[in-house]
Amino acid sequence: MITVRFFASLRERMGQEMRLLPAGPCTVREAWDLATDQAQPPTHLLAAVNLEYADFDAPVADGDEVAFFPPVTGGAA
Amino acid sequence: MIVGLRAAPFAPWSLLAEAEQALSPADRDGCGASSVFVGTMRADSGPAQVLRMHLEHYPGMTERMLARMADAACSRWPLRQVVLVHRVGWVAPGETLVVAAAWSAHRAGAFAACRYLVETVKHQAPFWKRECRADGTTSWVTANTPAPAE
Repeated sequence: MITVRFFASLRERMGQEMRLLPAGPCTVREAWDLATDQAQPPTHLLAAVNLEYADFDAPVADGDEVAFFPPVTGGAA
Repeated sequence: MIVGLRAAPFAPWSLLAEAEQALSPADRDGCGASSVFVGTMRADSGPAQVLRMHLEHYPGMTERMLARMADAACSRWPLRQVVLVHRVGWVAPGETLVVAAAWSAHRAGAFAACRYLVETVKHQAPFWKRECRADGTTSWVTANTPAPAE
């Protein structure tokens, strides 16, 4: 099982916070396609695997947590 | 080292005093410089006054990244103490959003480390802001200042 999470504006846009994929090994890009029914990814989409930033070609294994989110806006000017 | 998240309003200068008091006598004698940044929420960041803001984060990843940034600062500059604390949840104008501070023997390291902490938090830590305005609108903040050249 792979856990896919969506944060901030992306969560609202996708209409879901979390999705469980009964999937074997894949890439971050394939996890996006499976979790969103192949929705067009927004520009500037960021991803993490197991709490670390990851490329879209990064591998995802059974038990991993994949997160997708928009650009970060933390801190103060 | 004081690093982490705060889910309720906090007093930045008390936190900084706490960090300074935690220094050993030797470190206190060796600190010729401390550099501090306190970021505060403004009410005037758009066309209508912002009444409050929600700061979302990625539990687990955000804390891990803050700790890593503080560790990286300590590896890069000879620091005696570091503070990196960020607010999450509902925030009102005037409340502290982030405190970054570095204590070192000399001002060059203290300034550089403090700047590094602020900029890396702002550009790499997973936080997202949603503003609620006086005219009834809410919107996600999408703007970020450019990352400085290394």
